[in-house]
Parts: sequence; structure tokens; C-alpha cells
Amino acid sequence: MPEHTFRLNGEQVTVEAADDERLLWVLRDILGVTGPKYGCGINVCKACTSHVNGKAANPCAIPVKDLRPTDEVTTIEGLPATVGADLHPMQQAWLDQDVVQCGYCQPGQIMAAVALVRRVAEEGRPITDADLDGLRNICRCGTYFRIREAVRAGAEKM
Amino acid sequence: MNVRRNGTFGATTGVDRSPGSEPGAKSDVKSDAKSDAPGLGRRRFLGYVLAAPTLVTAAEIGPAAPTADAAEIPSVEITELVDLNDVMTLAALPTSNLITIEVHKDGTVSFALPRAEVGQGITTSTAMLIAEELDVPLDRVRVTLADARPELLFNQLTGASNTTISTYTPIRVAAAVARGRLLRAAAIALDAAITDLTLKAGVITDLVGGSIGIGELAEKAASGKAQRVSVDLKEREQFKVIGRPQNRIDALAAVTGRKKFAMDLDVPDARPTMVCRPPTINGKVGSVANLDEVRAMPGVSDVGVISTGVAVRARTFGQCIDAVRALRVSWKPGAAAGKSDESVLKKLRAAELPIGLLPPLTPSVEETFTFHFRSNSALEPNCAIADVRSDRAEIWSGLKAPIVAKQAIAARLGLPQSAVTVHVTEGGGSFGRKLFFDAALEAAEISKEFGKPVKLMWHRADDSRQGRAHPMATSRVRAAYLGNTVLGFRQRHTSVSTDLSHGLGEVFTALAAKLPVGDIGFSQTFFHLSQSMPYNFGTHSRLLSETDKSFNTGSMRGVYSPDVVCARELIVDRLAAKMGKDPFRFRRDFLRGERARAVLEKVAEVGDWGRTMPAGTAQAVAFHSEYHSVSAVLVEIDCRPETVDRPIRDGVTGPRVTKVVFAVDVGLTVNPRGLEAQMMGGVMDGIAQTLTSSLHLRDGHFLEASWDNYFYTRQWNTPPELKIIVMPSTTDEPGGAGELAVAASMAAVACAYGRATGTMPTSFPINHGTLSFVPKPTVPPVPASPTDGLDHVR
Repeated sequence: MPEHTFRLNGEQVTVEAADDERLLWVLRDILGVTGPKYGCGINVCKACTSHVNGKAANPCAIPVKDLRPTDEVTTIEGLPATVGADLHPMQQAWLDQDVVQCGYCQPGQIMAAVALVRRVAEEGRPITDADLDGLRNICRCGTYFRIREAVRAGAEKM
Repeated sequence: MNVRRNGTFGATTGVDRSPGSEPGAKSDVKSDAKSDAPGLGRRRFLGYVLAAPTLVTAAEIGPAAPTADAAEIPSVEITELVDLNDVMTLAALPTSNLITIEVHKDGTVSFALPRAEVGQGITTSTAMLIAEELDVPLDRVRVTLADARPELLFNQLTGASNTTISTYTPIRVAAAVARGRLLRAAAIALDAAITDLTLKAGVITDLVGGSIGIGELAEKAASGKAQRVSVDLKEREQFKVIGRPQNRIDALAAVTGRKKFAMDLDVPDARPTMVCRPPTINGKVGSVANLDEVRAMPGVSDVGVISTGVAVRARTFGQCIDAVRALRVSWKPGAAAGKSDESVLKKLRAAELPIGLLPPLTPSVEETFTFHFRSNSALEPNCAIADVRSDRAEIWSGLKAPIVAKQAIAARLGLPQSAVTVHVTEGGGSFGRKLFFDAALEAAEISKEFGKPVKLMWHRADDSRQGRAHPMATSRVRAAYLGNTVLGFRQRHTSVSTDLSHGLGEVFTALAAKLPVGDIGFSQTFFHLSQSMPYNFGTHSRLLSETDKSFNTGSMRGVYSPDVVCARELIVDRLAAKMGKDPFRFRRDFLRGERARAVLEKVAEVGDWGRTMPAGTAQAVAFHSEYHSVSAVLVEIDCRPETVDRPIRDGVTGPRVTKVVFAVDVGLTVNPRGLEAQMMGGVMDGIAQTLTSSLHLRDGHFLEASWDNYFYTRQWNTPPELKIIVMPSTTDEPGGAGELAVAASMAAVACAYGRATGTMPTSFPINHGTLSFVPKPTVPPVPASPTDGLDHVR
């Protein structure tokens, strides 16, 4: 079984897995990192959204062989450390707005929101309704409205 | 469904304050108009102190007796069954059917809730009830989910928006008993009179500065023997926690990824397992051509035929997906072989009950509405962990009917019930889905077959195609009117059978003899209990006819209400138009009851009813009452082409609901913040059911295989303006909320669409006729995992 090396939540990791094993199963089944959730396996529900080098990515669609040793994978578990705090401002906004219902999609929602705010900030503009409409993560509990409020509030503090 | 206020904990007639009364009693016995015996209290309740090293108190969780009209039907009160000594020592108290609260030495209080938390926020509201009655800070209350407890009979079923209704009193009774015991123990410890003590934030203080924490009292307040005691509960006016907005107690775990769902649990050797499923609904395995070849695939440890398909167990779910796709299986046709939307519709039309002759010489409106199949899937797929050994079994799954699950699993495995442990895990959504325990049963079967623990997960395609669906239905409505009077209203609802076999039925069948509905079938009974006519519409009748049991159906945030109410409210709009009345004023004039009119008037006022709207956009209002709760909603919709046709990749755009104002009165609100969230979710369901979400049945299978085919509400469908108004509490007891918001929201969006386009919609969702995706293959049953993830990083 081949070995694969990449950075995960700030640490270098090496795993034995088939080349085409999707990163989601490397994280969940081999490394025991369960924050990213399975919701479809075909990159449409976005429940597994994490970051690769700071941008939103979906591990269910990434063969582990595609990662380079220097690639930084950040899951919800590693998000607070990116700002050197117990909670990332977006997580705090999620708590303040009491967004969570069942919570299953929320790690992915938060990771997608952080990436969106970074992207919009790089473009030097405020978040628009169209940006929020463009968030593709499914929430079957229907927390969308509070997500919109939380993304805006979290962006203020990022 | 209407479920009666918890009868078992109602009036305790004949109990008066006596020396044996627990010192936790907080208010004088009050006279109450509803009391059988004038002058005697009705808010006194019986609870228990159990024999334990630290303080454990308890209360009975009784049957929630359903009635068509709450409080009309007498039920056996606990007080009629027991000797009415305030404190009795029982030699052998049957404590197995009790719910218990434990006070620990670290000052925390714990409670194992016999319900499923699937996102509705009941662990938070339950902690609030305990914090209120026990005067401890909320963060010191730990609520966990109880394992399956068969002794609770049908009192461990999460459904029909019933949790808060049925647990509101017993949980507070147990907490109040604990409070009383702690005060009594503190009186001894501090050498003070109980009446001089104050319990606040988990600390008891006396008048001279002495104080002691409840953790220190946990052993002192314990009892060596079981006792029955009576307590008074706080009055609504005294509440400091109940009724105040409270954020969820499990939110931190969820936003940090630490919240554990079934598939996140680390059960030793429980390896990823999936099932290769048939191409048609409920098809069966004929033969498998390459079992050995698949067994030899990387990571695969086991492959075997089971009752529902071919199971594979591997090191990772990725390897399971590969193995499922590699299996070459010949299949036998399923339960719905050859069926399609069209053939089911034909069957429904044939099964419709007569609506009667038209009344002579009076004008009338009439319409038949069609509601297509809708997927019951939550975002967490159907899943369970099972560890079956020769003499015992252990199961982990998000289950709303764990007792029935335990019984069925024991029967399937040939084990005594006592050898099967069923753990209820946190659920990633339910919407009725987790009333069914098919994943747990399947996992048990596979674990037994392989002789190893398994972590079974359904692929999303399995959930979409072999999972549960809200049944397809038609609703024919006719209303006759004359002048300003509605003379009569008839509705004939015809539905593919709803599977209620998960035990919800037990509650009703057990009590059916008491119900004023005669000797009719269970689903008819359920229909009558859950549906009501809130308007003064003369003579009215609603009848249900069910047909075709070949589908895997289930309730989905309401069994019949969303469809029935949607049809009714559309006819209400048409009646108003025929009679030349404004839809809001028409409803206000015909609605019965002040609470009903209050919510309707509230949304009209806050939502600016009647404001001028551009062509192609419109407002609408709708009303729904159920579970002792009333709700009204105002929506605005935009059906202009530039909105409908706005481009969204792999999604359905369509009309956009631009504003929603929703008013809800659940009687007594435990947690307004949580209630708001429940209503918001229900609104999103209502939007989906009217505009975008359905399953298409073709050749015995559903075409939809994932979330890019099944169009539940997404951000681009979400109303940018949304306001939930929680009305001030109007009663002393909570009504239901979990499913409440769906019906009025679905109806209002439909009415608004009709008003904006000038054409009343009659088939739901409105886009069902257009297939907005390319169906995925049924063989292999699950799609390949994509490999281009890094190309879409953004």
C-alpha cells in the first residue's frame, strides 16, 4: 500500500492508502478525523467542506495521491488554530446566532463561509446577497437564514 | 396530531398541604376552575426519591392520550391509583418505568432523556426545564439520550411534535422533588429552618450567611429507600428560565466538529460497511456472479448476500463504494415494479372516496390537487453500528422508536430482548426518517452474517432511491357558499399508504376505543385526530382513503397536514375571490378563536399586508393549527422571468420567496430561540414542497439519486427577509412545534404563487413536470466518486 504525506491541521502526516482513496475516507476511516461529514460522496452536498491551502475544498472528490507533502489540509478541528484561538470568529458567530439545529452540515458550512469571506476580502469588497446565494452547502434542517446572518457577523470579526 | 396534555400528571385531587409535604413546595395550594373538587390544588404532583448513594429523583412518564378535543376525554389519573398520603414509603416501588434526575457530587445534574435529539433542540429545552425547577445554572445540567427502555412502552417515541407536550410536567416534577430533598438536607447541614433557605444557582444559603452547594448535598439528600412524595411546581409567573431565549447547549460541540453522530463513533473493529442495492424499489438479489472476485478487492474483508442486497465490509467507505460498484448482481423485481407517477395517480383517482352531490342552486368552488412523492432523507444518511455476538448484540443508531427497534432486532437475531442493547445516538436530522430503524436492523443482520462488528452507512443514492418517501397524494376539495356564508366544505384526501408501523400506532391503537371516531382504521383515526377545520365553514367533512402499500413511505414533518392544509388554503383563497373579499380579511372573519385571529393579524400587520407589489410578485397569507398550537404566515413571492430564470449551476431556481413573516403561538413557549429555529426550518420545508422538491417515479424506481437531483431549498431559494414572531404565552402548557410550520408555509407559498401568476397551482411541487437533471444509472446503484476535487478549490 503506497504512503502519502501531507500537512493536516498544522502537522505533517503520512498515511498508507491506495492512491485513489478519497481524502474524506483517509481523514475519517484511517486518521479518525470526523469533523468533515459524508452527505453525498459526489461533491454536491458540501458537508465535507474543508480547506486545502486555505481555500474551500471537498475531500470526497480528492484522491489522496493528488496532495503534495506541502499541501495544508485544514478540517473544522484545525480551524481555530489558524487564528491562534480556541474558536475561529466564524465559529463564534455561529454560536452567537445559534445557527445549529442537528449540526451535521455545520462544520462544512463554517469552512465554506470562512473561505467565502477570505475570497471576498481578497477581491476587496463586502459580502453581497449574491455571494450568500452562492453557498452551495445543503442544510436539511433549513438553517439558511441564520447562516446568512452568521456569515455576515463572522466576516466583521475576521 | 393532537396529543392530550399529559393526563397522568394532571390534577391530583384530594391532596392538601400536609406535614409530609416536600419542603420544595413553592406556592400555596390554589383553587382552580378546572379542578374536580373546588378548593383543592391542581398543580401538585407526585414524584419519587429513589434509593441510591447520591440523590436520585424520579417521575412517571405517562401515556400521552390523544383526543380529538383536548381535555374532553377522561383519563386515569395517577392519583386515582394510589393512596393519597403525601409521602409513602413503598416496599417495592416499581421504578423501572420512571425517568430519573441525578444530582452528582460535583454539583452537576444529569438526566437521560428517553427521546431522540435530531436537531429539534429538545436536549436544550429539557435542560431548561430542569434548570428552572431545580434552580441550577443551565451549564450544570447534562442531558444525554437514553438507551432503548422497553419498560417505557410507547413513551420512548419521538414523533408528532410531542416531546415537550409529554415531558414538560414529568421532568419538572422530578426536578422539583430533587429541589425539595436538597433544601431539606441543607436545613440539617446548616442547622436552619427550611423556610429560611434560598436555593439559587446551585447554592443554598441561609439568613446568616451560611451556604452549601448542591454537590456537597448530593449524598446527604440521598435516600436509602424509595419514597413517593408530592411537590408543587412553579407557576408560570415565577419562571426565570422557561420562556427566555436560550442558545443550544450542544452548539459548541457541533461548530467545533466534536459532536458525535453514529458514524463518528469509534466502536472497536466496527469497519465501514455498505450494501449493493437493487435497481428497483425493494428488489431482491437473484444471484451474484463475482462474490469471490469482490472479496479479493483491496481492503475488503467480507462480502455476502443479505435480505436487502449484497453487503460489503472494508477498511474504508471508499473501498466499500468501489466494491459495491464492482458487484455483478442479477436482481428480482421489486415491490413497485413497473409503476410510475402516472400509474400511481390513476390508482389514487380510483381510490378517492365520494365527495357527494353538488348542493342545488348554490355556487361552489372545487379543485383536485396532486402532491408528488418527496424524499424523507436527512443529511446524515441512514446508518447504524452493530456488534452482534452469539449471545448478545449491541446497536448504535439515531432512533426515534428505539423500543420497537430493539424488539425487532432481537426477534431477527433470535436473541432475548434483554440480550440486545440499543444506544440512541445524536441524529443528523430526521424529518420522520428516524422513526424507521431499517439501518439498525440491516446492520444487525450483516454483523451476524459476517460474525464481526459493522459500521453500516447507506450511500446517498441508496437513501434517495431505496429510502423513505412522503407518499404521493391527491386532495379533492369542494366548498359551497351563498352570499357571505360558506355553507359547507368537503375534502377527500387520497394517499399512497403511509407506513406508520414504527410504533406511533401503538399510542393510538391502545387508546382507539376511547376515541369518538367509531370503529375505523388506524390511519383514518390518525387523520381525524390530526386534521381540523379552523374556519366557520358550515358543515364540513374530511375523509382519508389510502391505497397501495408497495412503497417505503413515512411521515415527513407532518403526516397529512402539509398537503391537506395546502389544498384547503388554496380553496380558501378562491372562495375569498369568488365572494369578492380580501384573502386576509376573509380568513380573519371566518377563523375561530382569539389565538388564531391574533397570529393572523400579527403577520398582516408586521408583514405590511396589502402593500403595492409589482406585477409578477404577490403576497399571500395562510393559517394552520395543530398540536395545541396556532400559526400564521405571510409570504411575498417573485415570479418574474428575470428571477425565475436566473442561472444556478445544478440547481433549480424558479420563483423566489422574498419575504416571510411567521407568527406562532404554542401556548407556552419553553425556548423562544429554539422555537424560532424550528419555525425557520419548517418555512424552508414549505418552500421546498411547493416549489422544488419531489421524487419522480419511473419504471418502479425513483430517478433522483442525490442532492443534485433532489432540490431541497438551498441558499438561492432562501428568503432574504425572514421574521419569526413568537407570541406571548397564552396557556400554561406547551403545544407542539416540530412539524407545525411546514403546513402553513407550504400553503402560503402556493397561494402567493397563484396570486402572482394569476393561476392557482394544482400539482406540487410546481416544477414536477420538468425534469431538471439527467438521471444517474441504477446499475451500479451508486455513482463513482469524483476525482477532480482539487480543480474546484475556491
